[in-house]
Amino acid sequence: MSTDQPYVGRSAPDPVRDNAFKRELVTLIPHLRAFARTLTGDPTAADDLAQDAMMKAWDARASFQMGTNMKAWTFMILRNQFYSEKRRSWRQSQLDQEAAERTLVAVDDPEAPVALDELRQGLTMLPPEQREALILVGAGGFAYEEAAEICNCAVGTVKSRVSRARRALQAILETGAYDRDGASAGDAMRAILADAERLSSPR
Amino acid sequence: MIEHVPMEDKRKSAAALDEARLRQQAIGVRLRQMFDEVVNEPVPDEFLDILRKAEPPAGEK
Repeated sequence: MSTDQPYVGRSAPDPVRDNAFKRELVTLIPHLRAFARTLTGDPTAADDLAQDAMMKAWDARASFQMGTNMKAWTFMILRNQFYSEKRRSWRQSQLDQEAAERTLVAVDDPEAPVALDELRQGLTMLPPEQREALILVGAGGFAYEEAAEICNCAVGTVKSRVSRARRALQAILETGAYDRDGASAGDAMRAILADAERLSSPR
Repeated sequence: MIEHVPMEDKRKSAAALDEARLRQQAIGVRLRQMFDEVVNEPVPDEFLDILRKAEPPAGEK
């Protein structure tokens, strides 16, 4: 699955295939936006990233094997794009700090339950590779094998990252290791548990 | 290695395990909710505009 292959070497344009490709790509935009949001923590930067990834996918459409997993393929493109931009222009520590700060103010709905806010911030405290593994498997609905392909690592590595991320996130939420308006330890976890009971059971 | 664990301790650790599982499940529900919240947002027009522009006009080439 080559992603940096430009739109070259194609014998002839294929409008029928292009249309099918585009239709599927359009259905993936909401998912790309969501994944980008978790990587950047900032809605505006996330949409820029998602748009870049969408166009990269469109330009590389000739290298995509129709009928294979386009969602995983586009997520891989988006992830590569994110990390190459990050390497180019930002220092990691700076970015993480800024993302954490932005995430705090990035809540669109002021009435949103506190727990979601705390979860967002707890996520920013995880090492990036653990965060993305947990998001892909725990929220994006990818199998470990697909997540491994997206992150370009071994399946076992994804499994261990997800499990470490789960434990770390729980610890963060329970101990209140984040610092938010002096919220007392364990409040976030209590709120999450309370909300989860109201929500429908896990799918 | 066979350990003789008092019944009460066994019950306690089983309860702790259930509690941990419940918490992980709750975090999982929240995580999906957080992600789905963005998935369910309307897609900004910009996305489709950009994609439309990328298309070569009909009849070209």
